[in-house]
Amino acid sequence: MTLEFKQVEKRAGAETHIYPTDLKLEDGGFNILLGTTLSGKTTMLHLMAGLDRPTSGQVWFNGKNVTGAPVQKRNVSMVHQQFINYPNFNVFENIASPLRIQRTPAAEINKRVASVAELLNLAPLLKRSPHELSGGQQQRTALARALVKDADLVLLDEPLANLDFKLREELRDELPKLFENRGCTVVYATSEPNEALLLGGHTATLHEGQVTQFGRTEEIYRRPKDLRSAQVFADPPMNTAPVAKRGDTFVLNETVNWPTMERQRTLSDSAYTVGIRPHHITPVAGRGHAVPVEGEVLITEFSGSESVIHFRIGERTWVSQSQGIHPFEIGSRAQFFIDAANCIYFGPDNELVSA
Amino acid sequence: MTVKLTNQKAWFLVAPVVVLVAFNAVIPLMTVVNYSVQESFGNNIFFWEGVKWFEEVLHSERFAASLMRQIFFTSVILLIEIPFGVAIALSMPRKGPWVSVCLVLMALPLLIPWNVVGAMWNIFSLPDIGLLGKALNSLGIGYDYTQEPISAWFTVILMDVWHWTSLVVLLAFAGLSSIPEAYYHAAKIDGASPWAIVRYIELPKMKRVLIIAFLLRFMDSFMIYTEPFVLTGGGPGNATTFLSIDLVKVALGQFDLGPAGAISLIYFLIILLTCWLFYTLTMKDEAQ
Repeated sequence: MTLEFKQVEKRAGAETHIYPTDLKLEDGGFNILLGTTLSGKTTMLHLMAGLDRPTSGQVWFNGKNVTGAPVQKRNVSMVHQQFINYPNFNVFENIASPLRIQRTPAAEINKRVASVAELLNLAPLLKRSPHELSGGQQQRTALARALVKDADLVLLDEPLANLDFKLREELRDELPKLFENRGCTVVYATSEPNEALLLGGHTATLHEGQVTQFGRTEEIYRRPKDLRSAQVFADPPMNTAPVAKRGDTFVLNETVNWPTMERQRTLSDSAYTVGIRPHHITPVAGRGHAVPVEGEVLITEFSGSESVIHFRIGERTWVSQSQGIHPFEIGSRAQFFIDAANCIYFGPDNELVSA
Repeated sequence: MTVKLTNQKAWFLVAPVVVLVAFNAVIPLMTVVNYSVQESFGNNIFFWEGVKWFEEVLHSERFAASLMRQIFFTSVILLIEIPFGVAIALSMPRKGPWVSVCLVLMALPLLIPWNVVGAMWNIFSLPDIGLLGKALNSLGIGYDYTQEPISAWFTVILMDVWHWTSLVVLLAFAGLSSIPEAYYHAAKIDGASPWAIVRYIELPKMKRVLIIAFLLRFMDSFMIYTEPFVLTGGGPGNATTFLSIDLVKVALGQFDLGPAGAISLIYFLIILLTCWLFYTLTMKDEAQ
């Protein structure tokens, strides 16, 4: 089960929704499409499903060119952000609907619906109608409909976005397990970097209709290919600033500089862009290479046991994310520590030079 | 020690509405109730009659006949307008510049005053000079709505369908437009047929607006007066004398205020009861 995009492009009028893309999705794996709203995630899914036809390029599935083949012929299933179920079918009939259209024998339908319902904890709700279910149960029904079909390709378009926090966590834990050992390729679109990290698998970062990078999820997080991919895969956003390498030091400004790490010794002396994830700038010095910087506190946000502090050095705004509550006065000057060991550097074309 | 906990000032805020509703609904309705239980003479002389007028009306063949005509008329136009309106809404474009063109064309008949609609169809259907009447007659169909009950019924029904199907279309179209596109994607992925999409997605999603469309069309058609009055005047004979036309004849033609009051109340109760029953039954399993 491989899905391959060969120079797939999607335009609508003068607008380009997806720039020519080459992408080969993992054999029977869990793939994530990560990008902000309007980055083209849904368009990508529609192209994969065959709901939309690419303007140019080819879509290959299992070694066959399926460009332009209608969606019904592709054995695809999809779960949407809204909870989509047939309004006047009960849960059983909803789950059974794709099998009924395939004219599966009744005994087989009963067996398969029962086993999927069991898996998704829907067994006691089979007789209910969708409007009698909670949001989480409605989405479970939609997931069950996608599962029961034994599709080769399962597309999930932000399926958890409309659920409340607790249900989202619960279902997110179950999702990868549901699709394990089913031999289907799963594509999961999300706008939340943390969700991508929690789900694992492979990730494609999407920015304004372009796939900026594709690879193992942790790998992309640790070693983004370029600044764009790093920015897509960061929440809160990554801090970036120009630095200059002079011998064994990186110079941020007259007062702030830090020594290069072992792996950066070979870089030539010139201008770079440094990328620092917010949790690598903390109000308390961590172990290792803590570089003190001083700035003016602009905004403080506390969530449970975490502080997010926005502060300013010169004209540039920085974000620090740290454990514990650090109640700084707004407008006051405060000291933060940059973890120099975890800085990543991008070259003049925003390509990664050192992570 | 008593402490007045409730603030009574809020009554001042409701007072304007109470006055408005009193003049608008309660007082006229009570006047009708008064007429219906009394014998009214000139110089404001009244005699108490109890339920006499109600008994008389309920046993009157004339009332039964116009009620039957009314029920038949309303049933026929509902059976035509609801499915026809839904069918038109389903076949309208959903996107692009043609949407507004279609909507404006659909809304046109609704913008024409009722008495003008009656006058238009009166002339349009005249057997000697009207386009419709002349065309039908030249096809060899004996058509004359001023003489022939079947022709009159045909014209009245055609006029109502022309005037009011648009309302159903607009409501059904609003219902259709509110269906998220993802439903169509899901159906396409399942491989559902076009008919299955209509039957299992579009119709259930339109249910609420169709109930409203049905109720509006039921009430309006059951109370229809101006258009048939201008078109046929209730004739030929009494062939198209619907309840409201009959009521006006009784109240203003014969000046029988007692029976007219009784008819009004019975008429009102029929509409109220039907709407309530229909709404309760259809919304029964919609309870959240």
